[in-house]
Amino acid sequence: MTSIVSLKNVVKRYKRGKQNVEVLHGLNLEVPAGDFVALMGPSGSGKTTLLNLIGGLDQPTEGEVAVAGQRIDKLSGGALAKWRARNVGFIFQFYNLMPMLSAERNVELPLLLTSLSASRRKQNVRAALEIVSLSDRAKHKPGELSGGQQQRVAIARALVSDSTLLVCDEPTGDLDRNTADEIMELLRTLNRDRNKTIIMVTHDQKAADYASRELFMDKGTLVAADSRSAA
Amino acid sequence: MKFLPLIWAAMWRKRARTIFTILSVATAFLLFGMLQGVIGAFDKAVAGAAADRLTVTSKVSFTEPLPLGYLSQIESVPGVASATYLSWFGTYFQDRKNIVFSFPTEPRTYFAMYPEIKLTAAQFEALVRTRTGAVIGRELAKKYGWKVGSRVPLHSVIWTKPGGSSDWEFDIVGIFDGPANFAQSFYFNHDYFEEARSFGKGKVGWFIVKVQDPNRAGQVSSAIDTRFANSPDETKTQTEKEFTMSFFKQQGDINFIVRAILGAVFFTLLFLTGNTMMQAVRERIPELAVLKTLGFSDTGVLLLVLAESVLLCLVAAALGLALAAAIFPGLKDFIGAVALPGKVVALGIVIAVLLALVTGLPPAMRAKRLNIVDALAGR
Repeated sequence: MTSIVSLKNVVKRYKRGKQNVEVLHGLNLEVPAGDFVALMGPSGSGKTTLLNLIGGLDQPTEGEVAVAGQRIDKLSGGALAKWRARNVGFIFQFYNLMPMLSAERNVELPLLLTSLSASRRKQNVRAALEIVSLSDRAKHKPGELSGGQQQRVAIARALVSDSTLLVCDEPTGDLDRNTADEIMELLRTLNRDRNKTIIMVTHDQKAADYASRELFMDKGTLVAADSRSAA
Repeated sequence: MKFLPLIWAAMWRKRARTIFTILSVATAFLLFGMLQGVIGAFDKAVAGAAADRLTVTSKVSFTEPLPLGYLSQIESVPGVASATYLSWFGTYFQDRKNIVFSFPTEPRTYFAMYPEIKLTAAQFEALVRTRTGAVIGRELAKKYGWKVGSRVPLHSVIWTKPGGSSDWEFDIVGIFDGPANFAQSFYFNHDYFEEARSFGKGKVGWFIVKVQDPNRAGQVSSAIDTRFANSPDETKTQTEKEFTMSFFKQQGDINFIVRAILGAVFFTLLFLTGNTMMQAVRERIPELAVLKTLGFSDTGVLLLVLAESVLLCLVAAALGLALAAAIFPGLKDFIGAVALPGKVVALGIVIAVLLALVTGLPPAMRAKRLNIVDALAGR
């Protein structure tokens, strides 16, 4: 199976005050298309940094990052922004929705960067909200929705551009167990039925159990991997 | 246009703050509209002044009267085509706030001097014939419902009759059309004024002179003033334009006052609007980071913030200028203009956009420079 994500000898250093802190140390990773990876590890192990590099939110100090066949480690800020709009959907722990916009307007945001007509955008938004079973909440603002519903809106926003890669940073971290299970079930369905490649950072073993593969990080390196058939 | 709902929603994120900011900016633009409108009306009056007419007033002050006997001497100055005279009667109708711009004059020479005032021959003759006759501008007639045949009492704050009464009665014998600055005027016979007033007899407020050649207006002015130099009533002769300007300047240097007020107001607005935009962006750093995460470029986010600032200022300016346009016609009694000049509205919009760009740029630059990873991590 071809890799959708390929990292070679990736090093990431941050400047913190006067000190240079190396967060990732020569990391290598291949993620095949259609994979569902749970990235686990203690706080400060570099999980989110790795996710940011894969999602094109940050660039490595050294090494190569290729996603969907394109090297993104050398792209300019503007090119990287365009690349993100086309290739990656993001899901965050705290949903990160625009509080003043309705659910449908939130989902529409990535489409504003395309040349789609208003009616086509509306159509795509409706389809995305249908996938996450929130069509009846389209006009509601985030403050009028539960945590689980807000996360569903965020997932619809990540799906609406039809990007093949979803990166999720603790998507269930702010949800109760039942709601978290519903969200994880939804992500698993997207992976299985819609062939979305998902890379998810989580501290929650139960959430990680939904993934087809678990990767463990510690002190900036991948220390172990555990593969299983999707449950 | 597709970004408008996003920009509009962002602007109303903190509803109360936005409302107060809009009200503050709108108040400033209301003030701007009114004051600039007044200046515009004054400028229009000055621009409408004829080049071939001079005004002769007392050198001391234009409120100081001059001897009527000067008329023949002025007429004899080389270059003078004709001359007439007016006095300031200072009246109101029934209530002090109902000011009536009334002037006693000599009808034959006055209306010959101002052909732009369209009075029918019959009405002109009626004025000449009727001792207490008066002719009025159409706006004034409309304002108080006066018609030809109406008997109108006016109260003068200056002139009394021998019995001490300040109430004067007139018979409206004509209603004229003409330029806007005459539309509220009220003219009556100097002879009636001269006979009935208890003091100041033999004197008039000022003379108006028509010159044969407008290019020689300066020389004719000097000749008139020289004629009366070293007399008890020295004169100051100006073109009609200069006189109109100096009349307005009696109220102070209006342009300077207006500019000073507006300068202070807009300077304060820079801080007010700037502070609003800074706060709005500071509160939204995670949201702006999310927009960048979704693929909005640095420049795109900068433009969104700037557009929000422009929208805020334009909405407020439109509100302020609309209010000014609604209120402005109420000033026609004082300045003669009936509509807020279009160029004032256009200037207001330009100022609103400039204000928005100046106040929106610093927060927009901050949004542009925002690092996604740091912003999402709350650093």
